[in-house]
Amino acid sequence: MAERILEVENLTVDIPVGGGMLHAVQGISFHVDKGETLCIVGESGCGKSLTSLAVMDLLPKKAIRGANKLELGGEDILNAGERRMSDIRGNTMGMIFQEPMTSLNPAYTIGNQMEEALKRHRNVSTREARDRAIYLLEKVGITAAASRLSQYPHQLSGGLRQRVMIAMTLMCGPNLIIADEPTTALDVTIQAQILLLLAELQREFEMGLILITHDLGVVARIADRVAVMYAGQVVEQGTADQVFNRPTHPYTQGLLDCIPIPGKTERNKPLGSIPGIVPSLVGAFHACHFAERCQYAFAECVKGDIDMRPAVEDGHEYRCLLDPETCRANAQKRGVA
Amino acid sequence: MLIYALKRLSIALLVAVTVSLLTFSMIYLSGDPAMALAGESATQQDIENIRRVYGYDQPIIVQYFNWLANALQGDLGHSHYLKTEVSNVIFARLPVTMTLGACALGFALCLSIPLGVLAAMRPNTLIDRFALTLAVIGQALPSFWFALIMIFLFGVSLRWLPITGSASWMNFIMPSIALGYYVTPAVMRLTRAGMIEVLSSDYIRTARAKGLRPSVVLFKHALRNAIIPVVSLAAVQFGFMLGGSIVIETIFAINGLGQLAWESILRADLPMMQAIVLVLSCFYIVLTFLADLLNAFLDPRIRVS
Ligand SMILES: Nc1ncnc2c1ncn2[C@@H]1O[C@H](COP(=O)(O)OP(=O)(O)O)[C@@H](O)[C@H]1O
Ligand SMILES: [Mg+2]
Repeated sequence: MAERILEVENLTVDIPVGGGMLHAVQGISFHVDKGETLCIVGESGCGKSLTSLAVMDLLPKKAIRGANKLELGGEDILNAGERRMSDIRGNTMGMIFQEPMTSLNPAYTIGNQMEEALKRHRNVSTREARDRAIYLLEKVGITAAASRLSQYPHQLSGGLRQRVMIAMTLMCGPNLIIADEPTTALDVTIQAQILLLLAELQREFEMGLILITHDLGVVARIADRVAVMYAGQVVEQGTADQVFNRPTHPYTQGLLDCIPIPGKTERNKPLGSIPGIVPSLVGAFHACHFAERCQYAFAECVKGDIDMRPAVEDGHEYRCLLDPETCRANAQKRGVA
Repeated sequence: MLIYALKRLSIALLVAVTVSLLTFSMIYLSGDPAMALAGESATQQDIENIRRVYGYDQPIIVQYFNWLANALQGDLGHSHYLKTEVSNVIFARLPVTMTLGACALGFALCLSIPLGVLAAMRPNTLIDRFALTLAVIGQALPSFWFALIMIFLFGVSLRWLPITGSASWMNFIMPSIALGYYVTPAVMRLTRAGMIEVLSSDYIRTARAKGLRPSVVLFKHALRNAIIPVVSLAAVQFGFMLGGSIVIETIFAINGLGQLAWESILRADLPMMQAIVLVLSCFYIVLTFLADLLNAFLDPRIRVS
C-alpha cells in the first residue's frame, strides 16, 4: 500500500458571523497518498479554500477548526501547536494560492523570497539556496532563471509569478502541496499549462498534491482521485475514473452536465445547468444540502442528515439516499455516464 | 530610478522657486519698504536716498534676481534691528532648531510606530484603545498647553528637568516631547491602518505558509511595506514641527530659529523674517525630496520599472 501522506477525518470549520454560526466545512474526510493527486471540485463558496487553510492551520483567527483526525505523514497536526506547525509549513507541506498577483511580497526580489523559504527550514548557505532557486525556476519553465532572482514581483506577469510561487513552494522538497485554484486569476490560455506543469512536478518529485480547480477538463487528465464538494460537504469521492465515468451523486451528474470535458462531452450536445442557489450555511441544517436543487429529491431527503455511503466499486462513495443502481440509471439518462 | 529622482528634483526646484518668489515679496507686504525703513520722521529726501541705496528703485524683477543671487551666495541681507548680517544670526541658531526637530521627530517615531504596530496586531483590544486614546488626546491638546502642563509637572513641581534654555541635552527633553507629541497621532494612525491592511494581504499569508517566524513575518514582510507611506507623512509632519517650533522654542526659551522668528516678528525685522522663512522652506523642500528618495529605496515599484 502506498505511503499515506495526509489523513483528514471529519474536518469541520465554523465561523461566527453576525447571524450565528457559519458551518463552512461540515465533516470532511479525505486522504492523500505519496505521489497521488487529489482534486477537489465544487462551486465557489462550498468550502474548498477553508478546507485547505484548515489543513495548513492558516485559517482566519475567528474560524474554529475541529476534526477527529488530522495527520501529516503519520504525525498529528491537529494539536501540534503554532511552533511545530511553522516548522512544517513550507517544509513538508506547502501551499500555492489563488492570487499570484498579490501573493508575493512587492518589496523583495524573487531570489530573496525563494531563498528565505529554504533557509528557514534548512541550514544552507545563501549560495546553496540560490542554486536551488535557479534549479527550481528552470524546472517550472522560467528562462534566464538566474537573472530572474534579482527581479521584483511587479516586473513579472501573472503566469510567471505563479510559476515562481510553485518553485518557491518546492524549495524544501515538500511531501504535500496544496494548490488552491492556482490558475483562476490567470489568462485562460495559460491556465491549463500551469495545471499540467503542477501535475508534472508532482509526478517527478513524487509528492502528494491537492489541487482545487474549476477546470474539470484538467481534473479528468491529471487527478488520481476526485472529491466533489457541495455546501460544506463532500458529496462524492472516488477515483477520477469513477467520478467522471460513473458519477453517482445528482450534483456530480449536474456538474458534469454543465461543463464540457474534452474527449468526453459530445459535440453539439447542449450544456445543462443546475437551477437554484447554494443554501445558506448559517445555523444548523439537517437535510440533504442539494435537495432544493435536485430533480430527484423526495420527502425523505429533507428529514435528516445524509451520510456518505459506498457506491458499487471500492473507494467510491457518495452522499445520497438513492441507491447506486438508480443513480447509475439517472446518469445514463442524462448522458453523463 | 534616475528618471524618478530627476522628476522629484525638478518638482523640488519648482517649489523652491515659488517659495523664493513668495519670500521675496514679503518685503512689500507692509507697503513701501523704503518708507518703513526710514521711519516716521524721515523726509521725502531720506526716503528717496534709502530707496536708491537699497535698490528699491529698480524694476521689481531685477530686485528679485539680485536678491536671489545674494541669497544663493549665503547673503540673506542685513538686519536693521540687530545691525548685523542676517545669515550670521541664522546659522548660529539653525543647529539648535535642527537638534530640537530631530529629537522631536525621533521621539514621535519611536512612540508612534511601535504603538501603531501593536495596535494593528491586536485591533480592538486594550492596547489598541490605549493608542487611540493617546492619539485623540494628542490631536485635541494644543502643544503650548501640553508644554505648560509638562513645565508645571516636571519643571516646577517635581523639579526633574530644566524649564528654559538650551544649555544641555536635559533642556531638550520637554521641548522635544511637546513638539514631537503633536505629530504622534497622525503617524501612529497611519502605521496602524497600514499594518492592518498589510497584515491581511496575500503575501503575508504566503510568508506564513512558508513557515517563517512571526517576527520575520511582522518586521521583514509587513512593516517594511506599511512603513512606506509613513515616510512621506513623517516628512510633511516634520515641516509642521518646524512651524510649531516657534511656539515651543518661545515657551522654553530655546535659542533657535523659532524663537528668532518670534522676536523678529515683534521687532518687525523683515529681512530676518524673510531669511527664516526661506531657510525653513528650503529645509522642508530638501527633506521632502529626501523622503521621496527614501520611498523609492523602500518601494521597488518606484525604483525599478
Ligand atoms: N473570513 C471569513 N469570514 C466569514 N465567512 C467566510 C470567511 N472565509 C470564508 N467564508 C465563508 O465560508 C464559505 C466557504 O468559503 P471558501 O472556503 O472560501 O469557499 P471556496 O474556496 O470553495 O470558494 C463561504 O460561504 C464563505 O462566504
Ligand atoms: Mg476558494
